[in-house]
Amino acid sequence: MASCQRTPKPSAVAGSESGDPDGGLKPADKRKPAPNFTLKDASGAAVNLADYKGKVVLVNFWATWCGPCKVEIPWFVEFQDKFKERDFAVLGVSMDDDGWKSVKPYLADHKINYPVVIGNQLISDQYGSVDSLPTSFMVDRQGRIAAIHIGLAEKNEYQDEILKLLDDAKASVDSAARLVVAAVR
Amino acid sequence: MTLLLVLSSLLFAEIGLAQIGNVINFTPPRKLVVKPGGGADSALKVELRGGYHVNSNTPSDDYLIPLRLTWNPGSVEAAGTVFPKPEMHKYSFSQGPLSVYTGDFEIVTHFKAAAKAALGPATITGKLRYQACNDHMCLPPKTLDVKLDVEINP
Repeated sequence: MASCQRTPKPSAVAGSESGDPDGGLKPADKRKPAPNFTLKDASGAAVNLADYKGKVVLVNFWATWCGPCKVEIPWFVEFQDKFKERDFAVLGVSMDDDGWKSVKPYLADHKINYPVVIGNQLISDQYGSVDSLPTSFMVDRQGRIAAIHIGLAEKNEYQDEILKLLDDAKASVDSAARLVVAAVR
Repeated sequence: MTLLLVLSSLLFAEIGLAQIGNVINFTPPRKLVVKPGGGADSALKVELRGGYHVNSNTPSDDYLIPLRLTWNPGSVEAAGTVFPKPEMHKYSFSQGPLSVYTGDFEIVTHFKAAAKAALGPATITGKLRYQACNDHMCLPPKTLDVKLDVEINP
């Protein structure tokens, strides 16, 4: 039964298919820039993805009518809380047709500690026609898409990717610092 | 804007997110033959792709989108719709069983013709709205157009 099958991950990002030693993460030189967007959150404040450059960002497309999405949201709340001091952030993009009418009551009922914006056809198209929910994009500190998850993923899978992206960035910074020190000497 | 979309298309051509399309098909209903002042039933036979479910007309949660079949006014009037008895299924993402339909099922609408209805052929249109999921993901709600040929005979 197809109900037991997960939508196949695009081969471009599936670690096991690409031979990527970092699991679901694409090699850094194969990552594409995440399309920028500016959308308003529930308070009316503009949320611009470009403002998050330098952070690892999990962009999660979801909807209030999507059961599997609601399994992941508490994980993202936990990640936001656990890793925010390490330059990690979650951005929720709701694809509810009726926008805030459905989403605001949902946000009021659930303690979501990260910004949620209302998506539209344009952002869906920019991100490759997001049709299945949940769909999440892991964006690295350079603003590039490092992984895509279509459908309900494993919590550990997300967490491993977040930690690897945070650590990779730290390693890059350390490496750059070593080069600077060497150059000064 | 067009340039932006073209660039995005090129950007994501390599990624190729899966597009599922319609997971519901239905057989166009048989012509409804009815007398002026009389009534008749019309069955819409729905086929749902294996592994998927749609919420029933009475979903388990206020946030879920119900299955709806609505008919526009025309030569006959929809006087009631009967949905099949929902199945209660527990999915990996749900805390409890959900009220859903799977596989093949029928939705029956009872139509009435006015006593002074014009004789002859006519067509009425309707909409089938559904929202489908499988065990791991959901698809956006969709609305399909439905057409019913009607013959009003004396």
